[in-house]
Amino acid sequence: MIISKHLLGLEGVRREEISLILKTAQSFKEVLSRPIPKVPTLRGKTIVNLFFEASTRTRISFELAEKRLSADSINFASSGSSVAKGETLKDTVRNIEAMKIDMVVIRHQASGAAHFLTQCLEAGVINAGDGQHEHPTQGLLDMMTLQEKFGRLQGLKVAIVGDITHSRVARSNIHGLMTMGVEVAVCGPATLLPRDIAAAFGQDLLVFKKVDEAIQWADAVNVLRLQLERQKNGLLPSLREYALHFGVTRRRLEDAKREVVIMHPGPINRGVELESDLADSEFSVILDQVTNGVAVRMAVLYLKSGGEQEVMNGNGA
Amino acid sequence: MPRKLETKSIKNLLIRGARFIDPSQSLDQHGDLVIENGLISRFGNNLPAPQNFEMLDGHDLVVSPGWCDMHVHFREPGREDKETIATGCAAATAGGFAAACPMPNTSPATDKREIVESIIKKSQDTMVDVYPIAAATKGREGKELSEMAELVEAGAVAFSDDGCAIATAELARRAMEYANMLGVPIIEHAEDATLDERGAMNESMFSTKLGLPGMPTVAEDIIVARDILLAAYTGARVHIAHLSSARALELIRWGKQRGLPVTCEVTPHHFTLTDEAVATSNYDTNTKMNPPLRSAHDLEAMIAGLQDGTIDVIATDHAPHSIEEKETEFAAAPFGITGLETALGLIMTRLVKPNLLTLSAAIAKVTVAPRRILNLPAVQIKEGQPANLTFFSPTKTWMVDKTKTYSKSRNTPFHGWELTGKVFAVYNKQQLWLNSEF
Ligand SMILES: [Zn+2]
Repeated sequence: MIISKHLLGLEGVRREEISLILKTAQSFKEVLSRPIPKVPTLRGKTIVNLFFEASTRTRISFELAEKRLSADSINFASSGSSVAKGETLKDTVRNIEAMKIDMVVIRHQASGAAHFLTQCLEAGVINAGDGQHEHPTQGLLDMMTLQEKFGRLQGLKVAIVGDITHSRVARSNIHGLMTMGVEVAVCGPATLLPRDIAAAFGQDLLVFKKVDEAIQWADAVNVLRLQLERQKNGLLPSLREYALHFGVTRRRLEDAKREVVIMHPGPINRGVELESDLADSEFSVILDQVTNGVAVRMAVLYLKSGGEQEVMNGNGA
Repeated sequence: MPRKLETKSIKNLLIRGARFIDPSQSLDQHGDLVIENGLISRFGNNLPAPQNFEMLDGHDLVVSPGWCDMHVHFREPGREDKETIATGCAAATAGGFAAACPMPNTSPATDKREIVESIIKKSQDTMVDVYPIAAATKGREGKELSEMAELVEAGAVAFSDDGCAIATAELARRAMEYANMLGVPIIEHAEDATLDERGAMNESMFSTKLGLPGMPTVAEDIIVARDILLAAYTGARVHIAHLSSARALELIRWGKQRGLPVTCEVTPHHFTLTDEAVATSNYDTNTKMNPPLRSAHDLEAMIAGLQDGTIDVIATDHAPHSIEEKETEFAAAPFGITGLETALGLIMTRLVKPNLLTLSAAIAKVTVAPRRILNLPAVQIKEGQPANLTFFSPTKTWMVDKTKTYSKSRNTPFHGWELTGKVFAVYNKQQLWLNSEF
């Protein structure tokens, strides 16, 4: 299979490639459970983690994945807009390129920043979240978690609940899940649903106006983090009202009278989009998501650096 | 560095065997034309060549009145690194334009007599007649009217806060009343800023896919509706700049049917590209402009509007930007693309060649119509008139090359496009520019 050296998003990524990444991630997950959870796979490769936007969780997950693969990694963090600092994204990247690196992991507040990088760099580019566009490794780790939990993806029903407009997690999940034959629905306040959603993602995407209906329908509910400034920007009357009408609660889950799995990309606003104790309840697979995040990122870094397509076995590889 | 425009001072010229089209007199005929001392002295068939006259062979060429672009940004004063009046005028000439109207969003804004006069003065040794549009409000801040009477005396031909709409309905009303007293139109950049805040592209399935903040067509429609109603109420003339929304076009059609004094223009990029280009180009910042590229439905409406005459004018909204500013992430890049040097090719390729618009109708939208709306001196192919002419081939093909522009800037989405329709020459102010690459 020919796969691109970049991972910019899950839109347009073929089913076979997603399956290969998920399969490879499973074997890396096995590596992670060993006494010495490390393989020499990317020894001698240099990876730069370019984080223009604060994100402890994703950055640590990538760093850990790189360490487990024995890659040399360099961290570059820059908070706030690079333009505001007087240095353009392009300048930063040119400097980094001069260091002769193999791969760049980028997190940036602007949609399309990862695409922009591919035009300035020879190295492979892994998108760790670009603005409101995509967060493909999150989409992959969500799929891996679902597959583990249900033993399959095909035919599952997944509802994504919350601020769809501003969510890169939603976009990557929608593209990836639909490619894998999952039925997908979104649910959120009308002010946080983007325009022409059916034309953008396909007629098969369902839209629920009530969170209870979404929960009734779904095998799994992926609850998005609500950015607290949405109220200030006039998109929501109040967080209280959001919690009452769109918050996922134990009562709502119990009312569904069927098994529903709860996912969340983190960090959670407890008591807003998710009832306080739910994250730690029997419904939740949130900690599995975190573990799978490292395995999925190992798989992506490995395959995108030109790794063998056969999944490794045994010690080392 | 931009290319240097080589022009020649020529008082007397004979043009032989060209096709002359002048929509102002429904003229479309083959013939010869003699220019003496910069004036059209004779126009007819098989004219004898006067002695010591330079001659231009006009076979396969169309000659029309000099084209006029009523919407350009020349960046002087303030951002001379992007464009100056001299380089902007060179780009205009190379694009076949003999007249251009620079918008007032300079730095400082064109809101004072000295700035208007300086713009006109700096254009005097170019081949282009420059007619500045001055700011409708002081500093384009949307608070107080600019000193319009004095600005008209200085040479301003219209008022606009282009870059944004005149901020409030009250101020727009007063600007219209005051400008109308002076006999000049208000040109509106129709955009409700509250609906477009932070927007980067048309709000559509593509902004949804790309995760870019949207600029809905309704932001344009609301200001167009507001201004049509204000034009009806005040009787003042309003010209809507760079129309892009199908619904806004419907509103203008409604206004025109009721005889209201409303006119409008469309840019070549809005009848050529759609918002899909942002996606297919992977966030190329040369697909970012304001108003943004709209949907295919809007584009079709623009063509219908050109055909039925609802859209009076084609204007480029030539908006040069530096490479540094454009080579960045999409949200951070400034709005706008260059347009002067590709307009004629796009008009021929997208409208005339596929028979969507006749050659004569297309020419009217860059000659008669803008001059009528702005009360500029009429330019006609007629004996006794000053010779002000654009020469072009409507069928010759060429390749757009952004590294060979006369503009100081290169921010065009059309680099590498093959276009049909090429400028051959411009004659104005007793000077001739001949395209050496024809
Ligand atoms: Zn404008």
